[in-house]
Amino acid sequence: MLALYLREIRLGIRAGGGALTGVLFFLAVIATIPFAVGPDLNLLSRIGPAILWIGALLASLLGLDRLFQADREDGSLDLLILAGDRHMLALTVLVKCLAHWTASVLPLVIAAPVFGLILNMPPAGIGASALTLLVGTPAITFVGAAGAAVAVGLPRGGLLVSVLVLPLTIPVLIFGVSASYAAVNDPDPFMPPFLILAALTLFLAVVGPVAAALALRFSAD
Amino acid sequence: MRLIAENLGGERGGQPVFSGIDFALGEGECLIVTGPNGAGKSTLLRVLAGLLPAGSGRAAFEGGGEDFPSVASACHYLGHLNAMKTAMTVRENLAFWQEFSGNPARDVGEALEMVGLGSIRHLPFGYLSTGQRRRSSIAKLLVSYRPLWLLDEPSAGLDRQSEARLAELMAAHLSNGGIIVAATHLPLGLEGVRTLEMGQVALADAG
Repeated sequence: MLALYLREIRLGIRAGGGALTGVLFFLAVIATIPFAVGPDLNLLSRIGPAILWIGALLASLLGLDRLFQADREDGSLDLLILAGDRHMLALTVLVKCLAHWTASVLPLVIAAPVFGLILNMPPAGIGASALTLLVGTPAITFVGAAGAAVAVGLPRGGLLVSVLVLPLTIPVLIFGVSASYAAVNDPDPFMPPFLILAALTLFLAVVGPVAAALALRFSAD
Repeated sequence: MRLIAENLGGERGGQPVFSGIDFALGEGECLIVTGPNGAGKSTLLRVLAGLLPAGSGRAAFEGGGEDFPSVASACHYLGHLNAMKTAMTVRENLAFWQEFSGNPARDVGEALEMVGLGSIRHLPFGYLSTGQRRRSSIAKLLVSYRPLWLLDEPSAGLDRQSEARLAELMAAHLSNGGIIVAATHLPLGLEGVRTLEMGQVALADAG
């Protein structure tokens, strides 16, 4: 399994720089919003966490459709499915998700504090947003894996994956943003939404890969 | 160890492709599947491996013990795709499959020597020619041990010398008690090779 993790990371870094594309897209979204909202610094710092979360959400959906499609196109997926007796397929999917997250979503989390400065966010808000992103974005990848597995047989599945996955990520978005807000606005408690966010990630870490494994088993033709 | 197919039928998109295939292969036995395009050779191999649900009947692998309880766990499936990543070197690809598949057999370098690719192990897989890609994919059969080889047109893209080498590797696998089911037109020069003519569904001993 470690071998699979290392292979996926190596591919993620080597094959066309998916991580950099994601960060650039994230930057593009963040940089566009102030032009649309206007130069009101107070407003920007107030909606900052929400913008960071939406940007990270959209950017992390970018490479998801390739999660299984690349393996299917070169025949690796057949062998991963056949190895099901040695490595449970859901576990294989989980490892692929973790590697995908490390290679292309973790850079977004690292870049988020820098982009927070663009939005005139206070230090506490930046820290809270980065922390909620760190905890919440794996959930997006796990849901996305299920979507990617369903759409694996379709030649232009990219947009479909995003459309399938976005509604399912709404709870993650809600609790991520409300925890980030709570860190800045004093009376609101930070811990409850943050813990629910962590629970969502753990829950989806089980449900997402199992659902994806089921979809992959029936996708073979 | 035995590979058994009982009244096996396969379908593609609800359309039956073949049906009523019966055979049992013991250790050291090889079944060559031939037939015109579209006769269902690849479908048969995928149904055997368990990648496609059987339309009827069943396929089973017996006597594999704890290591090889099912056909899927006992087989090397060499499909028409090579299952190698173009961005990684040949050696990295093989080392990954060896570690992932378990039951390591031959060293990666040794396996590449055996298919005649010892000198290009450091090249990215994407730089190789069609025949070289096929040969490195064949080396995948050697790096980890599986009693059953399911080969789908293994000689596609190979030159004559590599074909002969592939036949030698297959013969060596059989003499070690392995089982092979291959969709191929490759003459193996082996005793006791059985052929299954798809499209007519008749099993004959051609030894």
